[in-house]
Amino acid sequence: MSQTALSNNLETAAHPETLRRVAIDPISRVEGHGKVTLLLDEDDHVQQVRLHIVEFRGFEKFIQGRPYWEVPVMVQRLCGICPVSHHLAASKALDQIVGAHTLTPTADKLRRLMHYGQILQSHALHFFHLSSPDLLFGFGSEMAQRNIVGIAAAYPEVARQGVLLRKFGQEVIRHTAGKRIHGTGSVPGGVNKNLSIAERDELLKDIYQMIGWARGAVHLARQLFEQNLAEFNAFGRFNAHTLSLIRADGAMDLYHGGLRARHMDGSTLFDHVNYCHYWEQISEEVKPWSYMKFPFLKSLGPETGWYRVGPLARVTQCDFIPTPLADKERQDFLAFDAGNTAGATLGYHWARMIEMLHAAEAIKELLHDADLQGDELVVAAADRGERQERGVGMIEAPRGTLIHHYRVDEHDQVIRANLIVSTTHNNQAMNEAVRQVARQYLDGRKLTEGLLNHIEVAVRCFDPCLSCATHALGKMPLQVELLDAEGKEIDRLVRGVCDTEPSCC
Amino acid sequence: MPAPEQKKIRIATTSLAGCFGCHMSLLDIDERLFALLEQVEFDRSPLTDIKHCGPCDIGLVEGGICNAENVHVLREFRNNCKILVAVGACAVTGGLPAQRNHLSLADCLQEVYVTEISLHNGMIPNDPELPLPLDKVHPLHEVVKVDYFIPGCPPSADTLWKFLTDLLTGRTPKLGADLIRYD
Ligand code: SF4
Repeated sequence: MSQTALSNNLETAAHPETLRRVAIDPISRVEGHGKVTLLLDEDDHVQQVRLHIVEFRGFEKFIQGRPYWEVPVMVQRLCGICPVSHHLAASKALDQIVGAHTLTPTADKLRRLMHYGQILQSHALHFFHLSSPDLLFGFGSEMAQRNIVGIAAAYPEVARQGVLLRKFGQEVIRHTAGKRIHGTGSVPGGVNKNLSIAERDELLKDIYQMIGWARGAVHLARQLFEQNLAEFNAFGRFNAHTLSLIRADGAMDLYHGGLRARHMDGSTLFDHVNYCHYWEQISEEVKPWSYMKFPFLKSLGPETGWYRVGPLARVTQCDFIPTPLADKERQDFLAFDAGNTAGATLGYHWARMIEMLHAAEAIKELLHDADLQGDELVVAAADRGERQERGVGMIEAPRGTLIHHYRVDEHDQVIRANLIVSTTHNNQAMNEAVRQVARQYLDGRKLTEGLLNHIEVAVRCFDPCLSCATHALGKMPLQVELLDAEGKEIDRLVRGVCDTEPSCC
Repeated sequence: MPAPEQKKIRIATTSLAGCFGCHMSLLDIDERLFALLEQVEFDRSPLTDIKHCGPCDIGLVEGGICNAENVHVLREFRNNCKILVAVGACAVTGGLPAQRNHLSLADCLQEVYVTEISLHNGMIPNDPELPLPLDKVHPLHEVVKVDYFIPGCPPSADTLWKFLTDLLTGRTPKLGADLIRYD
């Protein structure tokens, strides 16, 4: 490892113009649009590594002026992998706006069922379809084989269970949201359907098999660690603070709770904080080289206040998981290798499978709850509090804490919106992981496809949803014309738009 | 991957300015995926690590065009795919991302990077590594020739299955009214 590489944090090279650029573009087997760039000196020492999010949406702006009830349906189109998370976080924010502070039991449980269906399908997709090729074939294995097709050929039973676990989660979503992708089941103040007996029975038929397979997946993750302990524990490792929602009694609760943050030294930074004033705890830094912002805990500041969210943060900082099989697995995970693995970047995969098992158990419990067949779907007008101008909704999406924040005027129109999506919280953490891997595996070596895949393996640990994270816009000082097939100009690529319109900046 | 005995149909897929929901819907064919894999192999796709589209029989493109890189990838697909398919509302019309088309880019930038409540520093990203954003979001057919359009947000798994199985068996794809949706 080179001294130069060690002497800086690899975020910004001193003289980038003298260095050779290598790009991993696009990052594959993740959701969304991102790339990693490496700058290397003439001796192949790594001098700079950056994970860039390269796309934008502008959702916060174009949602303004829309009637508020459209939001839970529109906002899902930010992300087709976790649409339910956006659907529900928006609904929770709008519950506050319409004064529905306590949902009916049917609505609360139906939304929870939908959410756990989402956790199950998203975690299954990530582990089996996207990441299992790295874990089962090796990080530097043959590229042609390193995908779900290769898994289907070499490990057909693993592939089959992955496909069927994801299918089951999608079916839970279909029965609660009306549709597998971009459903409409949740509305401000409640839901618009319950779960019929026929739908319930259809899901009950398979749930025990799902719990069994989910448990098998946890054990597969454990086995992979047992076989590669030293490498897996060290891979892309870094220390970080953690953040997640937590239930009042300290239990993992992926649908609702207060904010808990732990310092990397294990001490509690804050606990059970009402999330409605999240901006008092969390701030976001913008860096010029990514459309994704860099959140940090305000009390610690931007340099050291960044943190990680998602399965690893949740499993390690909750006091217990409120379903028995998953809690048993949580304890095993925390104790494994004297607690070392619970701080490993690749530990995300194991923690993710524990959560998938928890989701399956939670679904089973909910399916046995007769409230799901109730018919009080929305909070009645008489039971509502005052209408509010501002609403904040927070949920633990598959990838971590998701924040939706809206203001609605007296004409029912959205006037402001702010989203901090799960993957954004992990922005600095992902950058740390890829820089660490660059130091460990790439520095001073001739780069091969297999070595570069190690960088992507580190990114994939976080299951980043780069599509969600790109709801922002960018500007650069340049102009290019876009021509159609006949050479007619149909658009301009605009850089420097703000320079010419001083009213903007 | 086992060596292909007979030549498989080669398919590339990509997401431009889309949400990946159309790709998810393709995976929603569930177990039928294994039957599909008997007949096809994947070139560039979010499911593989192939970074550039090579010569293919079918290209499935989700999402419209919102930046320079999207244009580049789309042209690479058009040049390499015998049949190019616009999958889903975003690819066919621009979809949700095109909601920004009636706004000025400057206003959107200001909102997201300067005005928002939780910001520490207001600054608009401007690194050359970030692709140039287009003034407007465009559907695919405004930039390249598109052979088939599949509406829906997303098109259902059954719709995509019927479309692909028709193509794979050499039929002209025909979607009945029940398989075409415009939500
Ligand atoms: S058409 Fe709908 S599902 Fe497909 S990419 Fe666009 S928003 Fe997502």
